[in-house]
Amino acid sequence: MATAEGHRSSVGKYVIVYVILLVIAALQFVIAYSNISGGQMFTRMLCLAIVEGVLALLFFMHLADNRGLLWFFAIFTVFVLLTLQYGWTDSFRLLDGVQWAK
Amino acid sequence: MSQAEITMAGHSAAMERPAFSVPAKKMAMWLFIIADTATFAGCLVAYGFLRNATPNWPRPFHSITNVALMTFILLTSSLTMLFGIDGAKAGDKAKALRWTMITAALGAVFALLHIREWLALIDEGMTLFKNPWGTGLFGSAFFSITGLHLLHVTGGVIALIAVGIRYNGGRYNADDLEITGLYWHFVDLVWMFVVPLVYLLNLSH
Repeated sequence: MATAEGHRSSVGKYVIVYVILLVIAALQFVIAYSNISGGQMFTRMLCLAIVEGVLALLFFMHLADNRGLLWFFAIFTVFVLLTLQYGWTDSFRLLDGVQWAK
Repeated sequence: MSQAEITMAGHSAAMERPAFSVPAKKMAMWLFIIADTATFAGCLVAYGFLRNATPNWPRPFHSITNVALMTFILLTSSLTMLFGIDGAKAGDKAKALRWTMITAALGAVFALLHIREWLALIDEGMTLFKNPWGTGLFGSAFFSITGLHLLHVTGGVIALIAVGIRYNGGRYNADDLEITGLYWHFVDLVWMFVVPLVYLLNLSH
Protein backbone atom coordinates (compact mmCIF):
# COMPACT_ATOMS: atom_id res chain seq x y z
CA MET A 1 0.00 0.00 0.00
CA ALA A 2 1.57 3.28 -1.11
CA THR A 3 0.77 6.42 0.84
CA ALA A 4 0.73 10.08 -0.13
CA GLU A 5 4.38 10.55 0.85
CA GLY A 6 5.59 7.54 -1.13
CA HIS A 7 5.96 5.37 1.99
CA ARG A 8 5.24 1.70 1.28
CA SER A 9 3.46 -0.03 4.11
CA SER A 10 4.83 -3.41 5.23
CA VAL A 11 1.97 -4.19 7.62
CA GLY A 12 1.07 -7.41 5.77
CA LYS A 13 4.63 -8.73 6.10
CA TYR A 14 4.75 -7.80 9.79
CA VAL A 15 1.50 -9.67 10.50
CA ILE A 16 2.80 -12.80 8.73
CA VAL A 17 6.05 -12.72 10.75
CA TYR A 18 4.06 -12.11 13.95
CA VAL A 19 1.87 -15.17 13.29
CA ILE A 20 4.97 -17.30 12.57
CA LEU A 21 6.54 -16.09 15.85
CA LEU A 22 3.36 -16.99 17.75
CA VAL A 23 3.36 -20.48 16.20
CA ILE A 24 7.05 -21.02 17.10
CA ALA A 25 6.42 -19.80 20.66
CA ALA A 26 3.46 -22.22 20.90
CA LEU A 27 5.73 -25.04 19.68
CA GLN A 28 8.13 -24.30 22.54
CA PHE A 29 5.26 -24.70 25.02
CA VAL A 30 4.28 -28.01 23.39
CA ILE A 31 7.89 -29.24 23.65
CA ALA A 32 7.91 -28.31 27.35
CA TYR A 33 5.20 -30.92 27.96
CA SER A 34 6.63 -33.61 25.65
CA ASN A 35 8.16 -36.77 27.04
CA ILE A 36 11.81 -36.32 25.99
CA SER A 37 15.13 -35.97 27.82
CA GLY A 38 16.24 -32.64 29.27
CA GLY A 39 19.07 -32.39 26.72
CA GLN A 40 16.76 -32.93 23.76
CA MET A 41 14.26 -30.46 25.19
CA PHE A 42 16.97 -27.84 25.67
CA THR A 43 18.31 -28.31 22.12
CA ARG A 44 14.88 -28.08 20.47
CA MET A 45 13.81 -25.06 22.50
CA LEU A 46 17.09 -23.24 21.87
CA CYS A 47 16.89 -23.90 18.10
CA LEU A 48 13.33 -22.52 18.00
CA ALA A 49 14.39 -19.48 20.08
CA ILE A 50 17.23 -18.80 17.62
CA VAL A 51 14.79 -18.99 14.67
CA GLU A 52 12.46 -16.57 16.52
CA GLY A 53 15.35 -14.21 17.25
CA VAL A 54 16.57 -14.23 13.64
CA LEU A 55 13.05 -13.52 12.32
CA ALA A 56 12.64 -10.62 14.75
CA LEU A 57 16.05 -9.20 13.80
CA LEU A 58 15.50 -9.53 10.05
CA PHE A 59 11.93 -8.29 9.73
CA PHE A 60 10.95 -6.38 12.90
CA MET A 61 14.33 -4.69 13.32
CA HIS A 62 14.87 -4.46 9.54
CA LEU A 63 18.33 -6.03 9.43
CA ALA A 64 17.24 -7.81 6.23
CA ASP A 65 17.50 -4.40 4.53
CA ASN A 66 21.06 -3.72 5.75
CA ARG A 67 23.44 -6.61 5.07
CA GLY A 68 26.49 -4.74 6.42
CA LEU A 69 24.93 -4.13 9.82
CA LEU A 70 23.51 -7.67 9.82
CA TRP A 71 27.00 -9.16 9.43
CA PHE A 72 28.45 -6.77 12.04
CA PHE A 73 25.77 -7.83 14.53
CA ALA A 74 26.05 -11.54 13.68
CA ILE A 75 29.86 -11.70 13.89
CA PHE A 76 29.95 -9.79 17.19
CA THR A 77 27.19 -11.90 18.77
CA VAL A 78 28.69 -15.22 17.67
CA PHE A 79 32.11 -14.11 18.93
CA VAL A 80 30.69 -13.14 22.34
CA LEU A 81 28.70 -16.40 22.60
CA LEU A 82 31.76 -18.48 21.70
CA THR A 83 34.00 -16.73 24.24
CA LEU A 84 31.35 -17.33 26.93
CA GLN A 85 31.58 -21.10 26.50
CA TYR A 86 34.83 -21.46 28.47
CA GLY A 87 32.99 -22.39 31.68
CA TRP A 88 31.26 -25.60 30.57
CA THR A 89 34.20 -27.86 31.46
CA ASP A 90 34.11 -26.62 35.06
CA SER A 91 30.34 -26.86 35.05
CA PHE A 92 30.45 -30.56 34.10
CA ARG A 93 33.35 -31.20 36.51
CA LEU A 94 31.27 -29.78 39.38
CA LEU A 95 28.32 -31.94 38.36
CA ASP A 96 30.41 -35.13 38.18
CA GLY A 97 32.29 -34.27 41.35
CA VAL A 98 36.01 -33.65 41.82
CA GLN A 99 38.18 -33.73 44.93
CA TRP A 100 38.45 -29.98 45.33
CA ALA A 101 34.70 -29.49 44.87
CA LYS A 102 33.76 -31.84 47.75
CA MET B 1 33.22 29.96 -4.40
CA SER B 2 30.35 30.80 -2.07
CA GLN B 3 30.68 30.92 1.71
CA ALA B 4 28.57 27.76 1.95
CA GLU B 5 30.88 25.88 -0.44
CA ILE B 6 33.96 27.03 1.48
CA THR B 7 32.34 25.81 4.72
CA MET B 8 31.41 22.44 3.18
CA ALA B 9 34.92 21.96 1.77
CA GLY B 10 36.39 22.71 5.19
CA HIS B 11 34.19 20.11 6.85
CA SER B 12 34.48 17.42 4.18
CA ALA B 13 36.40 15.13 6.53
CA ALA B 14 33.60 15.31 9.08
CA MET B 15 30.94 14.55 6.48
CA GLU B 16 31.96 11.02 5.58
CA ARG B 17 29.25 8.47 4.90
CA PRO B 18 27.90 7.01 8.17
CA ALA B 19 28.90 3.46 9.10
CA PHE B 20 26.73 0.85 7.34
CA SER B 21 24.71 3.79 5.91
CA VAL B 22 22.92 4.02 9.25
CA PRO B 23 22.25 7.50 10.72
CA ALA B 24 24.25 8.29 13.87
CA LYS B 25 21.30 8.13 16.31
CA LYS B 26 20.18 4.77 14.96
CA MET B 27 23.75 3.45 15.03
CA ALA B 28 24.04 4.50 18.68
CA MET B 29 20.92 2.41 19.45
CA TRP B 30 22.36 -0.55 17.53
CA LEU B 31 25.62 -0.32 19.50
CA PHE B 32 23.61 -0.23 22.74
CA ILE B 33 21.63 -3.29 21.57
CA ILE B 34 24.83 -5.15 20.69
CA ALA B 35 26.29 -4.35 24.14
CA ASP B 36 23.04 -5.38 25.84
CA THR B 37 23.03 -8.61 23.84
CA ALA B 38 26.40 -9.42 25.42
CA THR B 39 24.98 -8.62 28.89
CA PHE B 40 21.96 -10.91 28.51
CA ALA B 41 24.05 -13.60 26.81
CA GLY B 42 26.44 -13.50 29.79
CA CYS B 43 23.54 -13.82 32.26
CA LEU B 44 21.88 -16.71 30.38
CA VAL B 45 25.12 -18.65 29.83
CA ALA B 46 26.07 -18.21 33.52
CA TYR B 47 22.58 -19.49 34.38
CA GLY B 48 23.28 -22.50 32.13
CA PHE B 49 26.58 -23.22 33.94
CA LEU B 50 24.81 -23.14 37.32
CA ARG B 51 21.85 -25.24 36.22
CA ASN B 52 24.12 -27.84 34.65
CA ALA B 53 26.38 -28.09 37.70
CA THR B 54 23.56 -28.30 40.28
CA PRO B 55 21.78 -31.66 40.59
CA ASN B 56 18.89 -30.46 42.82
CA TRP B 57 17.83 -27.60 40.56
CA PRO B 58 14.23 -26.59 41.45
CA ARG B 59 11.31 -26.88 39.01
CA PRO B 60 8.83 -24.53 40.69
CA PHE B 61 6.52 -23.71 37.77
CA HIS B 62 3.24 -25.67 37.80
CA SER B 63 1.43 -23.82 35.02
CA ILE B 64 2.37 -22.13 31.76
CA THR B 65 -0.74 -19.93 31.65
CA ASN B 66 0.90 -16.80 33.04
CA VAL B 67 4.13 -17.05 31.03
CA ALA B 68 2.16 -17.89 27.85
CA LEU B 69 -0.01 -14.81 28.37
CA MET B 70 3.07 -12.65 29.02
CA THR B 71 4.72 -13.98 25.83
CA PHE B 72 1.58 -13.30 23.79
CA ILE B 73 1.36 -9.74 25.15
CA LEU B 74 5.02 -8.94 24.47
CA LEU B 75 4.94 -10.40 20.94
CA THR B 76 1.74 -8.46 20.21
CA SER B 77 3.35 -5.27 21.53
CA SER B 78 6.12 -5.67 18.92
CA LEU B 79 3.47 -5.79 16.20
CA THR B 80 1.65 -2.72 17.55
CA MET B 81 5.00 -0.89 17.68
CA LEU B 82 5.49 -1.66 13.99
CA PHE B 83 1.99 -0.30 13.25
CA GLY B 84 2.98 2.90 15.07
CA ILE B 85 6.22 3.27 13.10
CA ASP B 86 4.34 2.54 9.87
CA GLY B 87 1.90 5.33 10.72
CA ALA B 88 4.75 7.73 11.54
CA LYS B 89 6.53 7.00 8.25
CA ALA B 90 3.28 7.61 6.37
CA GLY B 91 2.96 10.96 8.15
CA ASP B 92 -0.14 9.88 10.08
CA LYS B 93 0.59 11.32 13.53
CA ALA B 94 -2.66 10.22 15.14
CA LYS B 95 -2.14 6.58 14.08
CA ALA B 96 1.51 6.65 15.18
CA LEU B 97 0.64 8.04 18.62
CA ARG B 98 -2.30 5.65 19.09
CA TRP B 99 -0.28 2.50 18.33
CA THR B 100 2.74 3.71 20.32
CA MET B 101 0.54 4.25 23.38
CA ILE B 102 -1.11 0.82 22.87
CA THR B 103 2.42 -0.66 22.80
CA ALA B 104 3.28 1.14 26.05
CA ALA B 105 0.03 -0.10 27.63
CA LEU B 106 0.81 -3.69 26.61
CA GLY B 107 4.30 -3.29 28.09
CA ALA B 108 2.76 -2.04 31.35
CA VAL B 109 0.39 -5.04 31.47
CA PHE B 110 3.37 -7.35 30.88
CA ALA B 111 5.25 -5.70 33.76
CA LEU B 112 2.22 -6.05 36.09
CA LEU B 113 1.84 -9.76 35.22
CA HIS B 114 5.54 -10.22 35.84
CA ILE B 115 5.35 -8.55 39.26
CA ARG B 116 2.27 -10.65 40.13
CA GLU B 117 4.25 -13.78 39.29
CA TRP B 118 7.19 -12.63 41.42
CA LEU B 119 4.86 -11.99 44.38
CA ALA B 120 3.34 -15.47 44.02
CA LEU B 121 6.82 -17.05 44.09
CA ILE B 122 7.86 -14.91 47.06
CA ASP B 123 4.63 -16.02 48.82
CA GLU B 124 5.71 -19.63 48.29
CA GLY B 125 8.95 -18.88 50.14
CA MET B 126 11.35 -18.04 47.31
CA THR B 127 13.94 -15.33 47.95
CA LEU B 128 17.26 -14.40 46.35
CA PHE B 129 19.11 -16.94 48.50
CA LYS B 130 16.68 -19.74 49.40
CA ASN B 131 13.57 -21.56 48.29
CA PRO B 132 11.61 -24.61 49.47
CA TRP B 133 12.38 -26.75 46.39
CA GLY B 134 16.15 -27.05 46.07
CA THR B 135 19.32 -25.02 45.64
CA GLY B 136 19.14 -21.36 46.67
CA LEU B 137 20.99 -20.45 43.48
CA PHE B 138 17.69 -20.70 41.60
CA GLY B 139 16.25 -17.58 43.25
CA SER B 140 19.42 -15.57 42.52
CA ALA B 141 19.44 -16.64 38.87
CA PHE B 142 15.69 -16.26 38.34
CA PHE B 143 15.32 -12.84 39.97
CA SER B 144 18.51 -11.51 38.33
CA ILE B 145 17.60 -12.51 34.78
CA THR B 146 13.88 -11.72 34.91
CA GLY B 147 14.59 -8.59 36.99
CA LEU B 148 17.03 -7.28 34.39
CA HIS B 149 14.46 -7.94 31.68
CA LEU B 150 11.68 -6.31 33.72
CA LEU B 151 13.93 -3.27 34.18
CA HIS B 152 14.32 -3.07 30.39
CA VAL B 153 10.54 -3.37 29.89
CA THR B 154 9.86 -0.62 32.45
CA GLY B 155 12.45 1.65 30.83
CA GLY B 156 10.93 0.88 27.44
CA VAL B 157 7.41 1.79 28.57
CA ILE B 158 8.66 5.14 29.91
CA ALA B 159 10.65 5.77 26.71
CA LEU B 160 7.66 4.91 24.49
CA ILE B 161 5.39 7.33 26.35
CA ALA B 162 8.00 10.11 26.34
CA VAL B 163 8.95 9.69 22.67
CA GLY B 164 5.31 9.25 21.62
CA ILE B 165 4.27 12.49 23.31
CA ARG B 166 7.24 14.41 21.91
CA TYR B 167 6.62 12.97 18.43
CA ASN B 168 3.02 14.15 18.63
CA GLY B 169 4.21 17.57 19.80
CA GLY B 170 6.54 17.87 16.81
CA ARG B 171 9.83 17.73 18.75
CA TYR B 172 10.69 14.20 17.53
CA ASN B 173 10.24 12.68 14.09
CA ALA B 174 9.45 9.25 12.64
CA ASP B 175 13.13 8.21 12.85
CA ASP B 176 13.14 8.81 16.62
CA LEU B 177 10.06 6.62 16.96
CA GLU B 178 11.71 3.92 14.86
CA ILE B 179 14.84 4.01 17.06
CA THR B 180 12.69 3.55 20.19
CA GLY B 181 10.95 0.71 18.34
CA LEU B 182 14.32 -1.00 17.80
CA TYR B 183 14.84 -1.04 21.57
CA TRP B 184 11.35 -2.41 22.13
CA HIS B 185 11.87 -5.25 19.62
CA PHE B 186 15.15 -6.09 21.35
CA VAL B 187 13.33 -6.43 24.69
CA ASP B 188 10.92 -8.81 22.95
CA LEU B 189 13.82 -10.74 21.38
CA VAL B 190 15.47 -11.29 24.78
CA TRP B 191 12.19 -12.65 26.18
CA MET B 192 12.18 -15.30 23.41
CA PHE B 193 15.30 -16.78 25.03
CA VAL B 194 14.31 -16.20 28.68
CA VAL B 195 11.01 -18.11 28.34
CA PRO B 196 12.40 -21.51 27.23
CA LEU B 197 15.59 -21.40 29.32
CA VAL B 198 14.28 -19.98 32.60
CA TYR B 199 10.60 -20.99 32.59
CA LEU B 200 9.86 -23.95 30.30
CA LEU B 201 12.91 -26.01 31.27
CA ASN B 202 11.88 -25.58 34.93
CA LEU B 203 8.30 -26.81 34.64
CA SER B 204 7.27 -29.38 37.20
CA HIS B 205 5.75 -32.37 35.41
